[in-house]
Amino acid sequence: MKLLSILIAAIFAHNIALRYFLGWCPLVSQSKKLSSAWGMGVAVTLVMTVTSVLNWPIYHYLLVPFGLEYLQYIAFIIVIASSVQVLEMAIERFFPSLYTTMGVFLPLITVNCAILGVSLFMILRDYTFLTGLVYALGSGIGWTVAIISLASIREKLRFAKVPKPLQGPGITMLIAGIMAFAFLGFSGMVGIE
Amino acid sequence: MSLLNSIIVLDIIAGVLAVVLVLANRTLVQYDDVTLDVNDGEEEFTVEGGSTLLEGLIENEVYIPSACGGQGSCGYCTVNVKEGGGPVLPTEEPMLSREQLMEGTRLACQVKVRNDIEVEIEDKYLRIQKYRAEVIKTVDVTPSIVEITFDLKEPETIDFKAGQYVQMQVPTDSGTIDRAYSIASEESMTDKLTLNVQLVEGGVGSTYIHSLEVGDEVEFTGPYGDFVIQDSDKDIIGLAAGVGLAPFRSIVFSLFSEEYTTDREVWLFFGARYKDDMYYKEKFERLEEEHDNFHYVPVRSVPDPDWEGEVGHNTDIVGDYLGEESEKEVYLCGPPPMMQQAIDIFTEEFDVLEEDILFDDFY
Ligand SMILES: Cc1cc2nc3c(=O)[nH]c(=O)nc-3n(C[C@H](O)[C@H](O)[C@H](O)COP(=O)(O)OP(=O)(O)OC[C@H]3O[C@@H](n4cnc5c(N)ncnc54)[C@H](O)[C@@H]3O)c2cc1C
Ligand code: FES
Repeated sequence: MKLLSILIAAIFAHNIALRYFLGWCPLVSQSKKLSSAWGMGVAVTLVMTVTSVLNWPIYHYLLVPFGLEYLQYIAFIIVIASSVQVLEMAIERFFPSLYTTMGVFLPLITVNCAILGVSLFMILRDYTFLTGLVYALGSGIGWTVAIISLASIREKLRFAKVPKPLQGPGITMLIAGIMAFAFLGFSGMVGIE
Repeated sequence: MSLLNSIIVLDIIAGVLAVVLVLANRTLVQYDDVTLDVNDGEEEFTVEGGSTLLEGLIENEVYIPSACGGQGSCGYCTVNVKEGGGPVLPTEEPMLSREQLMEGTRLACQVKVRNDIEVEIEDKYLRIQKYRAEVIKTVDVTPSIVEITFDLKEPETIDFKAGQYVQMQVPTDSGTIDRAYSIASEESMTDKLTLNVQLVEGGVGSTYIHSLEVGDEVEFTGPYGDFVIQDSDKDIIGLAAGVGLAPFRSIVFSLFSEEYTTDREVWLFFGARYKDDMYYKEKFERLEEEHDNFHYVPVRSVPDPDWEGEVGHNTDIVGDYLGEESEKEVYLCGPPPMMQQAIDIFTEEFDVLEEDILFDDFY
């Protein structure tokens, strides 16, 4: 039961993108087309889940016993960087078309703050391994929900008359902001602690 | 102690990850060798998986045009992939027409060979060879254009049509890249080759060619291209600007050589900005005196006071020289705006059919 509520909280009430405003750089830049938004969402979810699965034992069995908690940032970042590398190779091999669409944004997942954020939240909130895993998966799905919705809105936006200075990133930020308001409505639904 | 601990712990993490990366690299990035089948078994090669189709072909001495050196910007490296090319990539889409996409035409420089692949390549490309040649002469014909002549070493002769180009192999730190240069020498001269190369600021290929000295050896492949004189009796109208004159030097001097003289009317409108850019002027003027059916019209866009010829762009003044009666074939080589303007003028004012307008796009 607790796991389910964490999952739902991570997707909606505590959406990593729309509640914590993390991972906004790819959110804005990769939401032009629904297809690339999907690709990005899946990639971020994958990296998020894989890295928290790796980071949890590293923190609890390697850093804590030696009293090296302060190394978590460095350790997590190396893990994230290498996971992205492996993922990049896998995508190039199995989904070449997705690979060329994502281009430079794939390696940029490395510096996506949402990924590091999820690992850090997991430690901060003292999650167990399983809870951490569910939280990471939920956050990934939540981020995907955010980018997919944003991309769908932006595809429709092609028919709208957006004032020139607001075209592109400007209007995208506005829309994402309004979406964040909308997601506030979920906040009473479930808690995360 | 704690410092030592932190170093050890970080090393462990980094070490394990390094091993994972190496393993991933082995299994995901490196492919087994695959078979590359050309024209239904006519040729069959083994190539390293993971390389591009273009690399695989070049490695096996099949030289298809690749004027941009595999950057995906010229769209010349098209081949028909019958089997095993994978999905069309977003980098190919803008370069291919709807029909080409339907037929399975792909850009060889973008397709990665991951498994056995079957392709179709036109016969004329299978005849293209690689040449080794030595620089025997360099002349600065303008402040930025060098005329460079090579003596062919191996093979010793080249059989080409005036207007075609070769791809120079430019050595760089990360392997050789190809750059296209039109042959400027006449068809009858088969043991030597002349190019005109304009220095492009910061350009890899043009800087390399400008750095060559007499005695240096180069390699190139060729000949490529369809910018050649068509078999007909229409008037030949050539418009060139800047280094776009290179193919016309070959075309004109091949049409009026010692062995062969055409009886078609041949016009050459050459646009240049300054006095120094007006190269090969005397050469063409001499030819014009010798042949009644060759007409050479130099045009200066920035004339100085003693310039007595035409002023403006060559597209501005063609109408003053050409009649509307005779049938025309138009050959264009120069900057994109000149070519676009010329296409408009000839299709609209002279009713020239689009298929009778040929152009060589350097850019
Ligand atoms: C069929 C064909 C025939 C050609 N024949 C000739 C020829 O006879 N003589 C000749 O000098 N060139 C010719 N070119 C152009 C030549 O192939 C190269 O593109 C050119 O020399 C620039 O290459 P680079 O390696 O020096 O520059 P790069 O390193 O490729 O480019 C450096 C920079 O210059 C820009 N640039 C690229 N090409 C040009 C250009 N042509 N003018 C201005 N800026 C450019 C690029 O965008 C880039 O920013 C031909 C091209 C084609 C496709
Ligand atoms: S080599 Fe130029 S597009 Fe492929």
